[in-house]
Amino acid sequence: MVDPEVLEREMRRIFDVCWIYAGHESEVAAAGDFVTRTLCGRRIILCRDSAARIRVFLNVCRHRGAAVCRERSGNARGYQCFYHGWSYDRDGRLDGVPGESSYPASFNRAELGLAQPPHVASYRGFVFVSFNPNALPLADYLAGAKEYLDLVIDQSASGEMEIIRGTQEYTIRANWKLLVENSFDDYHLMSTHKTWLDYMKKSGVAIPKPAKGHVMPAHGVGKALGNGHAVIDNENFRGRPVAKWIPIYGEDAKPEIERIRAELVERLGEARAKRVADTNRNLVIFPNLVVNDGSSVTVRTFHPTAPDRMQVSAWALGPRGESPRARAIRLDSFLTFYGPGGFATPDDVEALESVQEGMSTWREIPWSVMTRGMAKEGEQLNTDELHLREFWIHWARYMHAS
Amino acid sequence: MITRAEVEDFLFHEAALLDAWKLDEWLALLTEDARYRVPSNDSPEGDPASTLFLIADDIDRIRGRVARLKDPHAHAEFPHSRTRRMITNVRIVSPSALGEGRGEGDVVVEANFTVHRFRRDERIGQYVGRYRYRLRATGAGLRIALREAILDSLELGSLGAVSFIL
Repeated sequence: MVDPEVLEREMRRIFDVCWIYAGHESEVAAAGDFVTRTLCGRRIILCRDSAARIRVFLNVCRHRGAAVCRERSGNARGYQCFYHGWSYDRDGRLDGVPGESSYPASFNRAELGLAQPPHVASYRGFVFVSFNPNALPLADYLAGAKEYLDLVIDQSASGEMEIIRGTQEYTIRANWKLLVENSFDDYHLMSTHKTWLDYMKKSGVAIPKPAKGHVMPAHGVGKALGNGHAVIDNENFRGRPVAKWIPIYGEDAKPEIERIRAELVERLGEARAKRVADTNRNLVIFPNLVVNDGSSVTVRTFHPTAPDRMQVSAWALGPRGESPRARAIRLDSFLTFYGPGGFATPDDVEALESVQEGMSTWREIPWSVMTRGMAKEGEQLNTDELHLREFWIHWARYMHAS
Repeated sequence: MITRAEVEDFLFHEAALLDAWKLDEWLALLTEDARYRVPSNDSPEGDPASTLFLIADDIDRIRGRVARLKDPHAHAEFPHSRTRRMITNVRIVSPSALGEGRGEGDVVVEANFTVHRFRRDERIGQYVGRYRYRLRATGAGLRIALREAILDSLELGSLGAVSFIL
């Protein structure tokens, strides 16, 4: 949590070994579309090539290393380094070298295309890269997490989800693993997010009293999904754009939510529709992708830049082709809870930064307590900590693998 | 005819209320249909119906936000941060700048801001950007119908959150 050597080991043994979320296919819709971002300490271009296939290139000129694309997003005919003017086509081939005749005969353009991670693959629109030549196939790596991505995607009548315009990018002064824990830690909800719950109640949302021995208003479980992925899977009490109306949405939103619900039942059948629309799932795909499907759907990924610092990128995900009214409800619902201006996320950030500061006492207090549910047989609750332990067990395996 | 001096007096008064955390008095400056927005840094010109913002409140959520900020359980603002707002370059611009219909007597105003935020242990942030207001002339004076704070930084980055009224 505080040691730069541990972070360096994490970069080599986890971020360079696992499948890492690079972006969503919907962010680059057409041939030549690109977005640039930094992941695992590397600048990348996520783009569509001349045949509109998804590609990931390292955004590094093969001549000296400057960036070949310096815009956040757009559509490119090719990529050109401004330093000495080397240029590359949409497929990453080096196609222009000023004064090429001065290079020796051994100079070979074909060897100097834009570098690519050894593996790039998608699962239903979610694009991952792996810098590990020996990576498992993505589908095997995702293991039980696929079922939970399917649940998210099933809310779309078109069968596709898309990233909605607008990115929330912010830094948290805390170790990246604290955000993993926080993203599916329901034990903190009632105390950290009291003001959000109060707002919900005041707005007329029925928040049931927790059952005896429980701390949450509704039943939920924590589950391991294999390979370090885990989820909390909860009965909904907080409203969902697909498709459970709450008074905060406004009376005029009711028919739209009912229409969405009816479409869901028609398409998926009563049981599956209920599964999609009446449960909330916070999913962590090891090591650093969070897909929370609750008040809205958020896709969130984060990369450490120091032991006590991470950069977070968060997006809203919505069904491609949903009605403008449904889109507006979705985004409005997103903002009540999530993000740097929401009624909840800033308090999460405050908690994580406070924990990080507390870590300076690691000599006196070497352990955190993470044993909720550990002595129990059978079902683990969302407020137990099986899913957090699952993350940490896999973290330790990667870190100590020979 | 509303003058720039009147608008400036109003904006400076609002800034003083916010810096003093007199949030109920600030609420009284808003119209019954007021909205408060902070766009995402990468989409400063978006529409909150189709673009993810950081904040896009209607009057109900503005009131909820104020109730939250007055509660010591709003952990990100407990204790309250200190803020100091510098508002300059105040201009009365064409109502059409907002691309929406306008109510009777509305005036659209833009201004630059720097909001310094201070928390303990030298956690300091500078929020720099521009405001877009739609102000309504009423019998009781100017009132805020729309208040948009558009940040200039390309990411929210180390500012971390917009947990106070920006």
